[in-house]
Amino acid sequence: MSDPKELYLTQARELVESLESGNDAEVERLLDHLGRRREEHLFQELGKMTRELHEALNNFQLDNRITDITESDIPDAKERLNYVITMTEEAAHRTLGLVEEALPISDVLKDNANRLHAQWMRFRSKDMSVEEFRELSRELDGFLNQTVGHAGDINGKLNEVMMAQDYQDLTGQIIRRVINLVQEVEDKLVGLIRISGQERLSRPADEDAEKDRMMRGLGPQVPGGGSVDVVSGQDDVDDLLSSLGF
Amino acid sequence: MKILIVDDFSTMRRIIKNLLRDLGFNNTHEADDGNTGLPMLQSGNFDFLVTDWNMPGMSGIDLLKAVRADTKLADLPVLMVTAESKRDQIIEAAQAGVNGYIVKPFTAATLKEKIDKIFERIAAAG
Repeated sequence: MSDPKELYLTQARELVESLESGNDAEVERLLDHLGRRREEHLFQELGKMTRELHEALNNFQLDNRITDITESDIPDAKERLNYVITMTEEAAHRTLGLVEEALPISDVLKDNANRLHAQWMRFRSKDMSVEEFRELSRELDGFLNQTVGHAGDINGKLNEVMMAQDYQDLTGQIIRRVINLVQEVEDKLVGLIRISGQERLSRPADEDAEKDRMMRGLGPQVPGGGSVDVVSGQDDVDDLLSSLGF
Repeated sequence: MKILIVDDFSTMRRIIKNLLRDLGFNNTHEADDGNTGLPMLQSGNFDFLVTDWNMPGMSGIDLLKAVRADTKLADLPVLMVTAESKRDQIIEAAQAGVNGYIVKPFTAATLKEKIDKIFERIAAAG
């Protein structure tokens, strides 16, 4: 009796028999019975689906994390990334500023050393008057003093350039956190798609939208992005341009 | 003086290594997290540990706790150089037995000052 197929078969045989023997009341009773059984099955399935949908929606509402992500984490991530831009910009300016300060100092040292070297060579080849030598000796004195000071300055600036590189660690830590958030959002979205019960369709990217995106700029290429239509360096750029007749 | 620098960012390890060299410490070694750093400490006769906090694998605070729990390493001076700047974290590190705590970004002068202080205290303790 537990096998519904067997049950249907038995009742169908009874129905045929009743029809053949003209037992209308029995025919009516069997048809009613069969119809009810079918409805029962349908209602059971519908009930199961309703319960599943209800649970899924409930779970989704209960997942406060999604609210947190949209209300605080994403704005926070934007703020963090803006901070990364600020930090890298500051570090670059700090470095460039220090280099710009150090270069003229080393230029002065180089020029003075060159000038004194020429005079020193004249002295070495005994092509110098006593008066000129006194002058040279005074200049050498000044130059050596100046060198101690300037070399110290350059040293300090180089140390500061080194310290300015700490932005890589600090911004790296911030970016890592944002990556984790993106990962979490991705997981939640996959869950959402699962609930809606639809297959993810891999639709080819809209060409117009792609071009639009390119016009606005894609930013630096991230290593491992797997793009094949990207130049790999300045040489590639030059080759490409020359192939276009530039 | 043999020093171990533990930080997951190689740029920061390089900066600290350079600063230490400037202060006259030439014997520095590097590890990128607690998991690689701890075995080095256990086998390497190090005199000083400089560690970051936030690292994948074993964090700096766990490394500090592991060092303090290891009878052979328990007295090793530990300086934390980290971007973690919550009060609770600094307290946590202090309770775990850190000898100094520097918050990134920091300056060469700060590093020198903290290291001097750590060794002054050790010398005073005899």
